[in-house]
Formats: sequence, C-alpha cells, structure tokens
Amino acid sequence: MTMTTADNQPLLKVVDLSLSYLTRQGPVPAVQSVSFELGRGQSLGLVGESGCGKTSVANCLMRLLPDNGRLTSGQVLLEGQDLLPMSEEEIRRFRWRRMAMVFQAAMNALDPVYRVGQQVVEAIEAHGIEETTAQARQRVARLFRMVGLDPQLMDRYPHEFSGGMRQRAVIAMALACDPAVIISDEPTTALDVIVQDRILRELKGVQRELSMGMIYITHDIGAVAEVTDRVGVMYAGRLVELGDTVDVLHAPMHPYTAALMSSFPSISGEKKALGTLPGEPPNLVNLPTGCPFHPRCAHATEECRREFPPQAQRGSQWAACWHPLNGAQESEQS
Amino acid sequence: MSSPDSGPLLAVDGLNKRFPIGGGLFRKPTDFIHAVDDVSFRMSAGESLGLVGESGCGKTTVGKLLVKLLEPTDGSITYRFATPAMDPHLAGPVETSNIRSRQLGAFRRQVQMIFQDPYESMNPRRTVYDTIAEPLVVQGIGHVQERLDRVSEILDLVGLTPAGTFLFRRPHELSGGQRQRVAIARALVIGPSFVVADEPTSMLDVSSRTAIMLLMQELAERLGIAYLYITHDLAVARYMCHRIAVMYLGKIVELADTEELLRNPLHPYTRALLSAVPSPDPTRRREPPDILGDLSLPVNPPQRCRFYDRCPLATDLCRREPHPPPEEKAPGHWVACHLA
Repeated sequence: MTMTTADNQPLLKVVDLSLSYLTRQGPVPAVQSVSFELGRGQSLGLVGESGCGKTSVANCLMRLLPDNGRLTSGQVLLEGQDLLPMSEEEIRRFRWRRMAMVFQAAMNALDPVYRVGQQVVEAIEAHGIEETTAQARQRVARLFRMVGLDPQLMDRYPHEFSGGMRQRAVIAMALACDPAVIISDEPTTALDVIVQDRILRELKGVQRELSMGMIYITHDIGAVAEVTDRVGVMYAGRLVELGDTVDVLHAPMHPYTAALMSSFPSISGEKKALGTLPGEPPNLVNLPTGCPFHPRCAHATEECRREFPPQAQRGSQWAACWHPLNGAQESEQS
Repeated sequence: MSSPDSGPLLAVDGLNKRFPIGGGLFRKPTDFIHAVDDVSFRMSAGESLGLVGESGCGKTTVGKLLVKLLEPTDGSITYRFATPAMDPHLAGPVETSNIRSRQLGAFRRQVQMIFQDPYESMNPRRTVYDTIAEPLVVQGIGHVQERLDRVSEILDLVGLTPAGTFLFRRPHELSGGQRQRVAIARALVIGPSFVVADEPTSMLDVSSRTAIMLLMQELAERLGIAYLYITHDLAVARYMCHRIAVMYLGKIVELADTEELLRNPLHPYTRALLSAVPSPDPTRRREPPDILGDLSLPVNPPQRCRFYDRCPLATDLCRREPHPPPEEKAPGHWVACHLA
C-alpha cells in the first residue's frame, strides 16, 4: 500500500543499506541490508531498543556519518536520485532542503548564544530559500505559528524556552526549507506526557498538512501507534519486521515484535502480566549465527541457529523469521 | 492521607520544602520555589506507593526528604521501624529532623534510595564489589569474607549470576540493565525496610525495563520492603504500585488505590495526565488532554488552587478560595479539588 508519486516512484526508497563502524575491536555492522520505501504524505516508524541501528539508519539517510562510519552497500533514492555516491558538495543541495531531521536533544540542536528565530533565519538564508532577511523572518513567523509557537518568541534565547518550546523550535527549523522528508529521532523522549502529546499532534498535523514523508524513530510503541502509518522493527542492525502499523501492532509476525509489545505497560484495559525477554541484545561485534534473535527466542529451532531467516509475507507485512507468528501466507526467499 | 491506623511505617505530615532563589551573600532571598507544599500521606510496611507527576512537580524532592538527603522547611516525617530490637536507636517513632548523628547510621540501614541514572550513580573506577559493599563498610558490618559472601548472595538475588563473574567488573563492563541491578543490590544489601526508587527504569530499554520492574516487585515482596516509586510514567506506576499519588506543583492533588485512580480519576489534572498517555492500540483515537497552558514553576505561588491557571473547569470559587484540602471522596480515594 505504498503511496507513490505520479511517475510511480516512491518518495524515498532505501535499498539494501549496510553500514559499519570501524572500531578497535573490528568493524561493527550497525546496519545490515535494510530496505524500505516511504510514500509522499506517509509516515514510517522505526522502532527498536538502543543500539539496534535505528539512529544509524537516519544518519545514513542524512549522510551525517561519523568519521569511522563506512557505507558498505545500498542505495538511498530520494525522488529517484541516489544520495550515497554524491559528493559532500552535491549532498548539501539535498540535506535540509529535501530531507531534514529533528534531533532528540533539542537543547543541543540550538545555539545558546543566538536568538532562536535568528538561527532559523540563518538556516533559510544559508540555503537561499528567501531573498531578503525580512522575507526570511516572515517565513520563520509562519513556521513558528505552524508548530504552535508565538512568533513574538523569535527574538528570545533558547534558555528562555521550556523543553517543549525548544522541541517546537527545532521542528520549525527542520521545516524551514520545506523538505519532502522529515526524520524525527525520538523527538519527545525528554518531555513530559502532556507536552509530548502536544508535540506529537503538532508534528503529525504539519506532516499531513504539508504532505511530507516522515520517518519517526522511537522505542515507544505508544508513539508509533499514534503517529505512523507503517512501522519497521529493528533488531541488531536488521529490519526484522515491516508492515502497516495496525497489522504489526495487532498481529505481530516476529517474536521480537510480540515480545516488545507484551513488555509495554499500558494504562488502558485490563492489567495484563508484563512479558519479559531473557538476556540482552547481542553485541554487534560478535553476532550469533543465523537469526540474531535466536538466543532470546522461545520458538528457536535448529534452522534459526544455522541460517538467517527468509522473509515471511502476509499481505503488505513481512517478518524475517523461520517461524512467524499469527500465520504467514507463504515463505519466499529474501 | 490514609486513615491513621495504629502504626504506619511512615507518616508524612504537612511536609514543606522551599528553595530560595535569587538573593546573595548579604541579601536575603525574596523568592522561594515551593517545591513541596503541605504534603501528607501514610505508608504501611511492605506497601508500594507511586508518586507520579511531571518534571518539576516536586516528586524527587519528596523522595530526598524521606531519605534525609534534604531537610524539610516545615512538617514532619515519622518512621516506625519494625526491628527496634536490633537497633536500639530506632525504637519507637523516629522523626527524621530529630535524628542525631549517632542514630543516622541506624536510620540509613533502614531507609535507602535507588537513583534514576545508572550511568551517573556509580563510581566508574570502583568494582561492583566495592560499590555494593560500600554500605557494609560504612556501617562496619562484617569482615572481608562476610562482606564478600553477602555481596555474592545479593548479586544472586538481583539476577547477576554467577556472582563470581560480576564481582570485579567495573561499571563500563555492564549494560544499563545490569548497572541498575547493581544499584538495587547496593540499596538492598543492608536490609532496609523502606526504599525510595527515583525513576529507576526511565533510562533503560524496553526489555531490561520490564525485567527491572519485575525484579524490584519480587524482591520487595520477598523481603517485605515498602517502597516509594517516583515516576512520570503512569503505566509503569500501574504495574509497580499498590497506590498512586499524583503531584502537581508541590501538592498531592489525588491519591487512591492504583486501579481506582486509573478507572475513576477525580482531579482534572489526573484526567489530563491519563488522557495524554499514548495508546499502543493504533485504532484507538484519543482526545487531546483537557488542560490549558504550560507548566510553570511554583515561585511564590498564590494561595488559590495550584491548578487554577490550567484547569479547564475552574470557577470563580477556585480563584477566591485557598488551595483545597484533600478530601476522602470514596474509601481511600483522596482528592484536593473544590469541584470533585
């Protein structure tokens, strides 16, 4: 059910993306063969625990990699153009302008000694979006209103903003150049629930209104349920399940997804016993053979230990699992 | 706020903590943050109470007052420990502000705290054994072999097995979940009867979070420990606590048995908090929480209801009258609201 553009091309297509970090212990495969598509106006969640590679995927998409990061395979096609082979010069025409990112720590994304509005104005001018400073300021005022900030706050400093206001300012900054894709990396983790609720609504509203594609990275199943149309579950650098959010959360196929769901405490409905996962996520330097989840999986068999599983498909949902839950149609080799 | 039965483990009465802001060396501060304002509640032995609220509501300050890391500006905190025979210093009711230095050691054997961030609460240069044995050393309990046995025993208890492989690791060799297990072991090693746990799972990943939650519950039950569980997450409090107290700007606005509070919230702030929690069911549509404006700091707050400025139901009465005292609307269900 991927929405596509007029010429039948998804807004963003990620094919077989792999990334390693070079470390003293050897290369760490942080992202392995990740593929997904994102349509215009669609929002895709990436969930998983820390170290599963979800933020690394975002950094690959933005081409914001640390010095020891090596892309070992893959394509990132934004409106048909592959971003990965581009030079640093070329990528600048895409980064922030076509694809922007909302970072986790809003305080670190704002310069404390500049007025908040000025920082957005500078971003707009640096990318040549508006001709004059006055026009840029008008644009910032519009952006502030869009994310629920009073435009009069433009001339305040970051320390005068509350956590929620800062996060809104960072969202406004990401929207400054009218991107086609916005990547949000845990934008609400540091916020209280009431503020989080407002930011999520704001973000969702803006994304719908501007018909942007959004990648929403989080470990919070609740936020995924509320904000995303499709969701990918990551484990040990791999995408292990992908499907419509409703399908994945109602009938997960991968045992890891099911375990994540059952360990999520909820305030609504009957109080169910919380599920636990034995052990810890694997060390990426020394991954288990076969399915990386098998040491923690209750359904693991000999083939799980031996070989990485093929994709089991059910409608538009798939899971990389030898023994998928909730019934798969047929298995096909990935 | 519960019925004053014969001997609760903990009785908090009219607790206040104000922090001065501004002022200087020779200038008297004129402004005060009312971090904790007239808070009262009771806890019995083995009971767990969740203290829930947004950042800045004063929940951590209450926790620090209870373990005597802070001194109250006003009000009292009284413990009645069940093991006075072992500790003559702790016979009868113990009021924290009256504890003299000779009693303090005995008090710390009974009341412990687990901190939020397992990456900050441990000395990176000390081993797991050093960290956990420290309370024993400070208290002068046992000699080396006895301490080693005790630490190994507690490591088994918190699930760090085999203990021998963990004893001489340093924090950087442990995952977040394992560190928090060490923090729990350190709090429990001297056998306290009351523990304040300040957001012990908020820094952890989903799978280790559940394991730590279940571990704490199981240990508290097995060892008969009462705990105050400080959290911003109502869903976590639901699983961890017999009762929940909701704090807003230094005041407890509602206190009830956990399921009662979730099913039948009476204070408009509790309702707003509950309705702001995202639902893991993507087909459920959630109305935005009914609350106005943004959270402020309780600097020299006016007398009226603390929630007045943000309350969707506020009336003239709420503006005129002082902050409402807690009232018992149903057995064990206390709420501080003129309109409830």
